[in-house]
Amino acid sequence: MLDLNALTNDPAIIGWIAYILFLTVSTAIFALFSLGLNLQWGLTGLINFGLVAFMTLGAYTTVLLSMYGIPLVVATLAGALVAALLGWLIGLSTLRLREDYLAIVTIGVSELIRLIVNNQDLPTPNTPTPGAFGLQGYPLPLTDFNPNALMKWIAIALLTLVVGACYWKLGKWVVKSRRGRFVEYSREKTNNSEVKPARTKVKSQKSFVTRYSPLVLRIIVGIIAMLLIFIPYAAGVIGLYNFTDYEKAGLMLISVLVLAVVVWRLEVLARSPWGRVLKAIREDEEVARALGKNVFWYKLQALMLGGAIAGVSGALYAWQQTSVYPNDFQPQTTFDAWIMVILGGAGNNFGTILGAVVFFAYDSATRFILPKIVPLDDVRLSAFRIMVIGLLLMVLMIWRPQGILGKKEELTLGK
Amino acid sequence: MEPKDLNSQPIPLLSASGLTKTFGGIKAVDNADLEVAQGSITGLIGPNGAGKTTLFNLLSNFIRPDRGWVIFDGAPVQHLLPYQIALQGMVRTFQVARTLSRLTVLENMMLGAQKQDGENFWRLQFQPWAIAKEQQILREQAMTLLESVGLVHMAHEYAGALSGGQRKLLEMARALMTQPKLILLDEPAAGVNPKLIEHICDRVMTWNREGMTFLIIEHNMDVIMSLCDRVWVMAEGRNLVHGTPEEVQHHPQVLEAYLGK
Repeated sequence: MLDLNALTNDPAIIGWIAYILFLTVSTAIFALFSLGLNLQWGLTGLINFGLVAFMTLGAYTTVLLSMYGIPLVVATLAGALVAALLGWLIGLSTLRLREDYLAIVTIGVSELIRLIVNNQDLPTPNTPTPGAFGLQGYPLPLTDFNPNALMKWIAIALLTLVVGACYWKLGKWVVKSRRGRFVEYSREKTNNSEVKPARTKVKSQKSFVTRYSPLVLRIIVGIIAMLLIFIPYAAGVIGLYNFTDYEKAGLMLISVLVLAVVVWRLEVLARSPWGRVLKAIREDEEVARALGKNVFWYKLQALMLGGAIAGVSGALYAWQQTSVYPNDFQPQTTFDAWIMVILGGAGNNFGTILGAVVFFAYDSATRFILPKIVPLDDVRLSAFRIMVIGLLLMVLMIWRPQGILGKKEELTLGK
Repeated sequence: MEPKDLNSQPIPLLSASGLTKTFGGIKAVDNADLEVAQGSITGLIGPNGAGKTTLFNLLSNFIRPDRGWVIFDGAPVQHLLPYQIALQGMVRTFQVARTLSRLTVLENMMLGAQKQDGENFWRLQFQPWAIAKEQQILREQAMTLLESVGLVHMAHEYAGALSGGQRKLLEMARALMTQPKLILLDEPAAGVNPKLIEHICDRVMTWNREGMTFLIIEHNMDVIMSLCDRVWVMAEGRNLVHGTPEEVQHHPQVLEAYLGK
């Protein structure tokens, strides 16, 4: 840590570390937000184009309550509860409709809520604030917190625990590819029997590459991912160690921990009998009904739980921004979440997180690199960046329609 | 049906009376009656468009009847929602087998089990061990059933990878997994090769001997004749006749309905 202290006094490095922390918080918040969508759409098949409404309610409820001196944890839980109630309300009124109507109603609701917080006076302490002015100067978590050495080490240990879990999961993913290799191999065997003898030599040479390529590929991807994870981890450790120098360090730890816990619970749920019913509804709700499952209630639960998760992400978002304006909650935010879920592979929680990582990596990479290689002014450049996202999505859909971590077999199955 | 009819026989497991459903100007089912005795295999036949599948939908309340009542296991059920009827023990299959493609065959089976603690969100949070145990028991039950229909080697494959005949078998086994009192089979032998039809019939008979009651829609007369205790015939939404397979087979009205005058 001696070297670290010398290093971290350099203002340029401080700037970079602060930026990485900021990026980590953003990624974690939007990963959380997208996980709500992944539960609703990826698992249950509900098309929600108004996810941002839950985030809006979560953010405003948390912020307003905390302005009255209610503890942040309680305020956040209340925000999640209000968001869940919105899910309940939307569900009650629309789930009996066909799913495309749900899409229309949800996008309408999200705009409705944004317009309400834009045009209504918000009940802030002392005097009401017009919604369009936004909310500022509300309590933020861990701002007055000045940790002693022990607290710092506990915080670092918690972060290490999460990163360790990531590495463990990655390792398992790499090792699992052995099964994939076997499938590839057996497929080849059946192919070979039809190939003429003269060409088998070429074929078998090829097959050596294809036979081991999934494993090699996974090892390479795994190592790169581990190195990439190490960057925010190192930044996090430095940030937590020099807690008072980095305003986002505390929020980074909170959002990463919340994300980790939510992912863990969602994974448990997705593999549980409860998750099985949701998947059954996604596949064919008539079957679920014929087998005695209360489809309506399960859809409501998915809407409410997904909404509550998005609500929590709203609270974190408000803390990160330190001010909230109605225009932060445009429908575009919902579609960013859709991009993240589709990028990573629908129905896959880790894929969704990966989608968020790719999204923000792209976002910040192009922010710095594009101005240097594309001669356009700022306004056109920002439009260009979004355009390229569309292009990349199209390429992905052609090359890997199941998403980065999706399973190809699932697309080829008959209904 | 006359009241004295009911008195002379034990109370049927399922009885429907006066069921009517109109789609626009078409009477899909018109004043239809049906009875299924406890422990029987009852057949429901009729030419295409006779309203058999609609009658199935009315019985299980997937479509609400305009008129008529259904009594199942001694209690009226037509006010219940489809899933509640399934919970009462009347489980249906579909004419075109519906499997949940992106779930494995085993998951399809385990979904069938009723009243699982693991399907409750809060129990899942607070009693993970009890649920793991419950699931283990269900897994064994499911594997036993899969073995009996000959799908055990496919247990961990996606259900979407099954052939048409295998899907029919899976659907039947899944219905059985709910431990029902009555299974409604909609054309279990449609589009299935003769060898597999034999297998399906064999399974139905075995389960029937173990006490399961079936109501079967089927076009394949061999299947109906070999399986059924009683056969109900429908044509143009109405009851035509009912009786033993032999009686029905040679009934002039039935021949007329199938072959024309």
